[in-house]
Amino acid sequence: MSEKKTKRRDFLFTATTAVGAVGAAAVVWPMIDQMNPDASVKALASTEVDVSSLTPGNTLTVLWRGKPVFIRRRTQEEIDEARSVKMEDLIHPEKDEDRAKNPEWLVMLGVCTHLGCVPLNDKGDYNGWFCPCHGSHYDTSGRIRKGPAPWNMEVPKYEFVDANTIKIG
Amino acid sequence: MSDHDYRPKSKVGQWFNDRLPLLTLANHLTDYPTPKNLNYWWTFGGILTFCLITQIVTGLTLAMHYIAHADMAFESVEHIMRDVNYGWLIRYIHANGASMFFLAVYIHIFRSLFYGSYKSPREIIWILGIIIYLLMMAAAFMGYVLPWGQMSFWGATVITNLFSAIPLVGEGIVTWLWGGYSVDNPTLTRFFTLHYLIPFLILGLVVLHIWALHVPGNNNPVGIDIKKPSKDTVPFHPYIVIKDGFALLMFMIVFAFFVFYAPNILGHADNYIEANPMVTPAHIVPEWYLLPFYAILRSVPDKLLGVVAMLSAILILAVLPWLDTSKIRSAVFRPLYKQFYWILVADVLILGYVGAMPAEGLYLLIARVATAYYFLHFLVILPVLGFKEKTLPVPLSITEPVLGGSPNLAAARNKESKIE
Repeated sequence: MSEKKTKRRDFLFTATTAVGAVGAAAVVWPMIDQMNPDASVKALASTEVDVSSLTPGNTLTVLWRGKPVFIRRRTQEEIDEARSVKMEDLIHPEKDEDRAKNPEWLVMLGVCTHLGCVPLNDKGDYNGWFCPCHGSHYDTSGRIRKGPAPWNMEVPKYEFVDANTIKIG
Repeated sequence: MSDHDYRPKSKVGQWFNDRLPLLTLANHLTDYPTPKNLNYWWTFGGILTFCLITQIVTGLTLAMHYIAHADMAFESVEHIMRDVNYGWLIRYIHANGASMFFLAVYIHIFRSLFYGSYKSPREIIWILGIIIYLLMMAAAFMGYVLPWGQMSFWGATVITNLFSAIPLVGEGIVTWLWGGYSVDNPTLTRFFTLHYLIPFLILGLVVLHIWALHVPGNNNPVGIDIKKPSKDTVPFHPYIVIKDGFALLMFMIVFAFFVFYAPNILGHADNYIEANPMVTPAHIVPEWYLLPFYAILRSVPDKLLGVVAMLSAILILAVLPWLDTSKIRSAVFRPLYKQFYWILVADVLILGYVGAMPAEGLYLLIARVATAYYFLHFLVILPVLGFKEKTLPVPLSITEPVLGGSPNLAAARNKESKIE
């Protein structure tokens, strides 16, 4: 009989603990999730940029979701340089054709994939970008070639609304 | 310890103490037997308590004028500097106080390393100390973000991005930390909250740190166990109180020099430019007290491994009591360890120096060698040294070398006869 009583107790302990754990998790989750991006931050989804004043060999930097976006109108030399690179020489292999659908225009987040600094234009060993923080070198397609950054600079979703306007996001 | 025998003299005192034994605690703290050979390196515990209280008091007053908002933070700091009565003084004490806090904590840590204070039975004191040190770094980092200058913004960006090195969940964690897609207002407000909270967590841990200290009692320069109370000890009050007080005065002279004559020398000019998410300053450096770890981060050419190396450099300290295999505590009786100790001090200073320099060429090479040596010291030299080193004979008590009966008996007698 005493054995049976112990089993009843065990069941009660387990059931109480389980309900308690679920309850605690239900209270903790809102506390954690409140720190994620809120509705007003998420609402700032897209930006339209007028690029008519941009001449070949120049870069425009605009802010999108709090981050800089580089819009580079590339020269023919830069395009040729980016497209002649062999895939096996790349740390993060991506074809320039996939990164810049319209070869003259390169649109990417101006954020170094190492620790988030903004790389400098027309600098570094590969004539592209150079991050002054920890020395990452990017080529004319924004691909990582040398230094601690693990990936190429990210290409966001964007489209040409008309000949002179790019919509990012 | 004679705590249990203590009884307040007055009737009111007895009545109160029977209900809440605060007077017993006060008596324990004043009578607390302390080794009589403690030198000035032992005064930094008191100095650190002073630093913590200074930071809390100045921090509370600054919080009455500071506005934690991305559009107003920078201006509100200038408002404190220009408009608030003595605002410049309070802010300079708080900003330089952080540096003084770290200066004192580094001396405190290196004192423990020299005299083996982290060894049994003081491991818990040591680990609590390392947790306090980690919280200090978190508080200092978040505090540096609050003025919302260029170094604030980009320092916050780089440090939070360290978490993006974690495989799979890294990016999600960074977005969660930011409360957005970049460092912005949500980041600032939560950093302010945490910066306000952490000092009180540190305060609680300091109480535990001292509690854990009062169980075995202080280590001492000879590094031997002593009887308490005995001929080898003196009561904390007035002996240690006076000594700590004098050292604190000396420390405050250095503190005041920075506050009144060079209040910005330890900071960075770029932080007087308001945060701009479009431009990274040409040369990002953390505050001086984080430079050795920054050098370790940059010396590894891989993102994840760099972050792992930097964190390991700090966390390796927590297991130090088990890495050091020597039974002898004090470096005074460890001729080889003493040399390696000073090489480690030099190594950390070199790491600090190259951490402030650009990560290229010779600086990068030096950083890599110094990083390798740092880990070599803790993971190879210390464990091996405990078995290989021939230590010097250790006295049986603090008074023994003076009164005779030690290996230095002849020398002690000579000294006595000369005095006679």
